[in-house]
Amino acid sequence: MLQTSVLEGDRLALARLLTEIEADSEAGRSALNDLFKHTGNAHLIGVTGAPGTGKSSLVNQLALHYRKPPNGEAPRSVAIVAVDPSSPFTGGAVLGDRIRMRELSGDAGVFIRSMATRGSLGGLATATIGIVQALDAAGFEIIFVETVGAGQSEVEIAKLAHTTLVVDVPGLGDDVQAIKAGILEIADVLVLNKADRPGVEAAERALRGMLKLGHPTKRAFNHHGRPTVTESSDAELAVGDEWIPPIRRTMATDGKGIVELAAAIAGHKAHMEKTGGWQLRERARLQGEVEDLLSSELMSRWRSGLDDKDFQKILDQLVTRSISPGQAVTKLLKENSQ
Amino acid sequence: MAEKKIRVLVAKPGLDGHDRGAKVIARALRDAGMEVIYTGLRQTPEMIAEAALQEDVDAVGLSILSGAHMALVPRVMELLRANGQDKVKVFLGGIIPDEDVITLQKLGVTGIYGPGSPTQKIIDDIRNSVAALA
Repeated sequence: MLQTSVLEGDRLALARLLTEIEADSEAGRSALNDLFKHTGNAHLIGVTGAPGTGKSSLVNQLALHYRKPPNGEAPRSVAIVAVDPSSPFTGGAVLGDRIRMRELSGDAGVFIRSMATRGSLGGLATATIGIVQALDAAGFEIIFVETVGAGQSEVEIAKLAHTTLVVDVPGLGDDVQAIKAGILEIADVLVLNKADRPGVEAAERALRGMLKLGHPTKRAFNHHGRPTVTESSDAELAVGDEWIPPIRRTMATDGKGIVELAAAIAGHKAHMEKTGGWQLRERARLQGEVEDLLSSELMSRWRSGLDDKDFQKILDQLVTRSISPGQAVTKLLKENSQ
Repeated sequence: MAEKKIRVLVAKPGLDGHDRGAKVIARALRDAGMEVIYTGLRQTPEMIAEAALQEDVDAVGLSILSGAHMALVPRVMELLRANGQDKVKVFLGGIIPDEDVITLQKLGVTGIYGPGSPTQKIIDDIRNSVAALA
């Protein structure tokens, strides 16, 4: 069985299992059931941001860092799941994240898997959770999940990851972009990549302003009762029980700022473990997963019990505007339960 | 249950930097509904075989315009087999002399395409050879 070989460290078996999971096959499902008890050991790090902000290059640099930590720590094994969009018209995809990860080639402690969204929105593919679980069970200590180039609301990653990095670059928009709801809110660490570019000061100011507005009271009062100096970057780390996302400048092409970024990631993990946030996130994560599975299972059961002729009749009534979508649902549920 | 997608690794081994052809093919395969893992320029046979394994692809497309195909292609085939991926189909595009075409086909290369090859033929060949496995 694939799952036995995966636990023994067979990389081809792992690759094949990932294909089964992606295809949502019976073999994939039963392997995930068997492997689940071996999961829960990896640190899941989400990386999201607009297209072209340098997510793949950053993941490449961070992976190199974890493979050869400069401070004499033990190297950690790294898996990378890189998601790119499928065409809504043909279902095809060009998955190009490996281009930026060539330096990781030839290292048995690294496993990179590209996946296409296959019609799912939110920045991840439906099977991403399963793929991550298999890699976790296979013993990878750090698992990066790189989302598709995200816009403003691809926030699924925050439900999956323990630590979410949101990557921004100078010059992407004014400070109103920074106060809009959505992607910036899910950041545990904000990365300002391509920091050698003009406009980096303004971009950091805009992000910092957003953080101050988001956490005004905690910043002013929780630090031993006196107002904290908010301009120094270290003062942004944990204040009381509240984690305030630090901003880290990087240049992913040559690795500048990566050590500091890795320290911020480690800081977030330590903070989560100290405050119990890790367990809370695990719980919320698993709840979300069960709910997603449940809703798709209920949907497919309901569809299989439904006569397509009845469904088409109701659609006809919808098209002629004789009933509303809301009434259609009521009708469908009533007919199906009889 | 979701359908099984054809996954193809498109790689450019060797040192020439002419990747227009590889990109055209990647795009054509995408439009044919396949998932293309594009690895970019200057890949060693080892890098290609490793990526083919991690991505569990059905086919590998190599684009070589440097004339080094007789060194690179046999090595890629050998590594794929050593990894247990002997069922992965290998396709080659580039400037390949006729006598080399015969040798490479004997080695097990599924399809070899010179300049002007219709992309539809390549798509059909990949589909048919992968379908023959199922």
